[in-house]
Amino acid sequence: MRFGVIVFPGSNCDHDAWYAVQNNLGQPAEFIWHRSPSLGQVDAVILPGGFSYGDYLRCGAIAKFSPVMEAVRRFAAAGGPVLGICNGFQILVETGLLPGALMRNAGLRFVCKRVRLRVETTRSPFTSEAEKGQVLTFPVAHGECRYVADERTLDELEAEDRVALRYLDNPNGSLRDIAGILNRERNVMGLMPHPERVTEPLMGSNDGLTIFRSMAAAFALAR
Amino acid sequence: MKARVFVSFKTTVLDPQGQTVQSALNGLGYHGVAGVRQGKYFEIALSDGLSPEEARRQIDAMARDVLANPVIEEYRFELIE
Amino acid sequence: MSTATITPELIVQHQLSESEYRKIVSILNREPTYTELGIFSVMWSEHCSYKSSRLHLKKLPTGGARVLQGPGENAGIVDIGGGYAIAFKIESHNHPSFIEPFQGAATGVGGILRDIFTMGARPIAVMDSLRFGRPDDPVSGARNRRILDGVVSGIAHYGNCFGVPTVGGECLFEPCYDGNPLVNVFALGIFPKDQIFYARASGAGNPVIYVGAKTGRDGIHGASMASAEFSEESKQKRPNVQVGDPFMEKLLLEACLEAMRTGAIVGIQDMGAAGLTCSTCEMGSRGGVGVEIDLRHVPQRETGMSPYEIMLSESQERMLLVAEKGREEEVFAVFRKWGLDAVTIGQVTGDGLLRVKDHGRVVAEIPNRELADEAPLYDRPHSQPLRRAPMEAPVFGGGDPGEDLAAILASPDVASKRWIWQQYDYMVRTNTVAGPGGDAAIVRIKETGASIAMSLDGNPRFCYLSPREGARLNVAECCRNLSTVGALPVAATNCLNFGNPERPEIMAQLVESIEGMAEACRFFETPITGGNVSLYNETLGEGIYPTPVVGVVGLMKTTQPVTIDFKSEGRAILLLGGLGDCDETRFGGTQYAKVVVKELWGLPPALDMEYEKCVHAAAREIVAEGLAESAHDLSDGGLAVALAESSFGPAGIGADITVESRLRPELLLFHEGPSRILLSSAEPGRVARIAERHSVELVRLGETVRGRIEVRNREVVLISDEIGRFQRGWEGALEEYVR
Repeated sequence: MRFGVIVFPGSNCDHDAWYAVQNNLGQPAEFIWHRSPSLGQVDAVILPGGFSYGDYLRCGAIAKFSPVMEAVRRFAAAGGPVLGICNGFQILVETGLLPGALMRNAGLRFVCKRVRLRVETTRSPFTSEAEKGQVLTFPVAHGECRYVADERTLDELEAEDRVALRYLDNPNGSLRDIAGILNRERNVMGLMPHPERVTEPLMGSNDGLTIFRSMAAAFALAR
Repeated sequence: MKARVFVSFKTTVLDPQGQTVQSALNGLGYHGVAGVRQGKYFEIALSDGLSPEEARRQIDAMARDVLANPVIEEYRFELIE
Repeated sequence: MSTATITPELIVQHQLSESEYRKIVSILNREPTYTELGIFSVMWSEHCSYKSSRLHLKKLPTGGARVLQGPGENAGIVDIGGGYAIAFKIESHNHPSFIEPFQGAATGVGGILRDIFTMGARPIAVMDSLRFGRPDDPVSGARNRRILDGVVSGIAHYGNCFGVPTVGGECLFEPCYDGNPLVNVFALGIFPKDQIFYARASGAGNPVIYVGAKTGRDGIHGASMASAEFSEESKQKRPNVQVGDPFMEKLLLEACLEAMRTGAIVGIQDMGAAGLTCSTCEMGSRGGVGVEIDLRHVPQRETGMSPYEIMLSESQERMLLVAEKGREEEVFAVFRKWGLDAVTIGQVTGDGLLRVKDHGRVVAEIPNRELADEAPLYDRPHSQPLRRAPMEAPVFGGGDPGEDLAAILASPDVASKRWIWQQYDYMVRTNTVAGPGGDAAIVRIKETGASIAMSLDGNPRFCYLSPREGARLNVAECCRNLSTVGALPVAATNCLNFGNPERPEIMAQLVESIEGMAEACRFFETPITGGNVSLYNETLGEGIYPTPVVGVVGLMKTTQPVTIDFKSEGRAILLLGGLGDCDETRFGGTQYAKVVVKELWGLPPALDMEYEKCVHAAAREIVAEGLAESAHDLSDGGLAVALAESSFGPAGIGADITVESRLRPELLLFHEGPSRILLSSAEPGRVARIAERHSVELVRLGETVRGRIEVRNREVVLISDEIGRFQRGWEGALEEYVR
C-alpha cells in the first residue's frame, strides 16, 4: 500500500508521517509537493501536521487553495482514504471535506502533551483494528484545535457514528470532547492528536500504529 | 455609544501575516493586490451617560495601554452612537 | 565618495571612542562617510567584535579530537561518528527581549536557528536558558510575569512553527534580572560531516546572492543597542524592534538545504546582528577576498531607504551566499520553488575591499580584514569581583524540615517548569527520547543509532559568590547531568552574560568566570566550540549577577532513557558519590538560603573535580549496564529536593530512607554539594561493585515505597509525609505565579 504525504510550505510533521509509515508500518511512502496537480499512484493520502503558510489568516485557510487540494478532493470523492492530522485536519475542515471548524484552544496557549483518547467507532478504515472503547494515548501539540460546530452538525456526527475519537482529558475545550471525525462516506478522517508520534517504543508507545495498521488492513480487504 | 478600535502593526514593522496573505491572493489571480496589512478589530460597548470627551479619553488610554503594543503596533478608533 | 561632515556628536552617537575613530581614519586614510561610520560602529560594537572579552576568551580550550570547527564560524561542529556531525551554539537575545519580550525571544530563536542551518545542518533541537525578575515581587512582579509570559510565548511561537523541538532548558528568578531578563537560546543541528558549508567568500567574479525576506528599517543599531546599558532613553529606540516570521524561516531552511545540494554554493552566512554589513565583510575577510555589492538590487520592503539604513538593517530571515559563477540559475530555481526572493546583488573581487554602491555610486569602501578582524581589543582593568554578600553565615535553621522542603519545592526556581515547556512542541521530528523535565534532554539520530544528550546550566548565585568556582560548578553540573542519563560529555558552548565591563569589579567577574570555565572545560574534556558574550546587562546602574551559562553536549547509544522518577516499590535507593560535606559558609548560595533564610552569603559548594569525574564515569557505567531504574543528579535543593522530584513520577512511588550523618538537618537535607547522583536499583550489589571500581562512595539510603516520603537521620525523623503534600506545590507553583 503506497501512502502519499502532502508537503505544504510550512508543513513540519511531513517527515514524521513519512517515517511512521515507511519505517514503523513498513509500507512505502512518498512526498507530494503542494503544487503537484496529481497524486500519482498512491493508495492513501496523509495531510500532515505543521503550520502551512505559517497558519496565517486562519489555520489551513491558504493551503486549501494549493493545486494539490483539487486532486485530493477528487481522490476523496472516488473513495480514496484521506487522513488529516492536526494542521491536516484544519485543512480538511477549511476545504469542506469535513464539517465544523477549529478555533483557538480554550486555554489560549499552545499545548504539547500526551492525552488519552477513546475509540468511538471501529467502522472506518482508520480505526478498524482498534476495539470500540479502547483507550489510546497520543500526543497533542497545538494552539488552535478546539473543535466547534453547530448543534445540528454535532448531533448528526453522533447519530451517524462519525465521531472517531474523543478526548478523555480534553486539552483544548473541543465541543463534546471531539478529537477526530469522519466524513459521511467514512473515507476521510481528521484528528487533532498525532498518531505518527507514537509508532515505536522509543517514542514512548506504539499506540499510533493502530491508525496506520487499520488503513493497511482496509486496503488489503478492498483488494 | 460604541467604539471601534483598529490595531495593526506600524507601517515600518514587518507584517508576516499580511505578506503571506498578499502572496496567496496574488497567486490566486488577484493581481490588483499591491499590499495587505492585517490587524485586530475591537468593538467596545460603552455605558450610558459617558460623555463623548470622556469616552474618547478612555478609549485612547485603553487602546494605548492594553489593546495595542506601542512597541510595534499602532491604533486608531472611532466612536459611534 | 560624498563625505558628510562627521562631527564629534555623531561619533559619540555611534558609541565609538575618540581613539576608535582615529583608528578608522588611519585604516581608510581619510574621513569615513556617514555610511562607513555606521558600518564601523556596528562591526566594532561589543556585540560583534567582543572587544572587551576577546583577550580572555582565548583562555578557553577550543580543540579536541572530535572538534571539526571551533569558535569563529556561525557555530561549532563536532564529529559524532557514523559519518555525521553536529553543529551547535548558544546565543543571547537579552536586550531585545526586555524591549519586546515576545518578538525579542522569537527573533532570538530565529537567529540561532539560522546560525545552524547556514552551515548546512538541519536543526533538530532547541533549549533555552532564561532568567527573570521574581514573579512574586510586590513592586515589579507584574512586569516580570508579563516578560516571562511574552518570552515563553515568543519562543513557542517561533520554534513550534519552524518545526524544531524545544527539548529542555532552565529558568531561574532573581531580583537582579528585574529590568534585565536573560534569554539565551541553544540550537543544535545535524548533517553528514562531508557536507559542511562555511561562511567564506571565494573566487573573484563569483556572484553574491541575497535570499529571503525583504529589507526594512528593522532593528537598525540593534547591535550597538545590545552593547549599551539601558536607560530611559532606550525606549526611544523602540520603533526598530524586529518582527520574526518563522514561516519564512522554515521556507528559508528548506530552500537553503536544497540549494546546498546543487553543489553550486561556495559560501553562505546568515544576516543576523548588523545584517548585510556583517555578512559581507565577514565572508570577505574569512575568504581573504573583496566583496562588491550594489544596494539598488537589495529587495526592500520600504521605500526611500538610505544606504546607511540598508547596510545596518537587522531585518530577519535573510541570508547571503556566494555561488559559482555561471550556476546562479540552479540556485535561483530552488528559491523560486519555495517562493523566496533570491537576487544577485554583487560579486566577489580580488581586492580585499568591501565596496558598497548605491546605483553605481560608491558609498563605502573599507578593507574587509581590518573591518572584521582588526576591531579594537581592550585589556580592561579588572580588580576584585563585585560582591556585597557577607562571608559569615547568619543564624538560621530550626524550622520543620518538611515545611522547608515544601517551601523550596514551591519556590519559582525549583518548582516544575511544566507550565513553560508544555507550550513548546518538544516532540516534533519524533527524535526526542527524553524531553523537558529530566536532567538532560536526549535526541536520537535516526541515521546513526546514536543519541545526543544536552544540558544547560548557569547558577547565578554561585557565580556571584565566586565567579571562578561558580563557573566550574556550572560545567561540572552539566557534565553530571549528561552522565546521569548515560552520555559521555564531548563538547560545550557558552553564553557569558555580564554587566558593564568598563567597571573593573564587573570585568573581574567576567575574567574569573572565563578562567574557571576554561579550567573545568579542559578538565572534563569539553572544549568550547563557540558561543556568545552579552555585556552591559545593567539597568540604571544596577548590574545582573554574573551569569555564565554553559551548554554541554554528550554522546550515547540510542536506547530507552533512564528517567528521574522511581518506578517500583522495594528498590534500593542509592546515593552515588556519598552524602557529601558542607559547612555553613558553603551553604550560603543554596536554595535553602534563598527561600528559607532569604539571604545570600559565603561561598558556593566545594568542588573536587577529580572525584566529580569519577562519579560521572561510574554513573555512565551503571546506566549502560541497565542497573539504574531511575537516576537524578543532586543540584538545587540538594538531597531532599532530589528525593522529592524522584517521587513525583506517574507511579506514585516515594522513598523511605535513613541516613547516618553528623551534619545538622538543614545542611544534610539541603546542601548543594556536587558529585552526587540519586539512583534506584534492583541490583544494588552490582551498582556497588561499579562504584568501588571507580573509587566512588555509594551510600545505601533506604528503599522505595508507595505514596510517602520518609527521611530519618539515625532515629530522628526529619520528614514524614505523603508525596502529594510536596507534589501539589511543586507542580502548580509557577502557574499560580503567572496567573
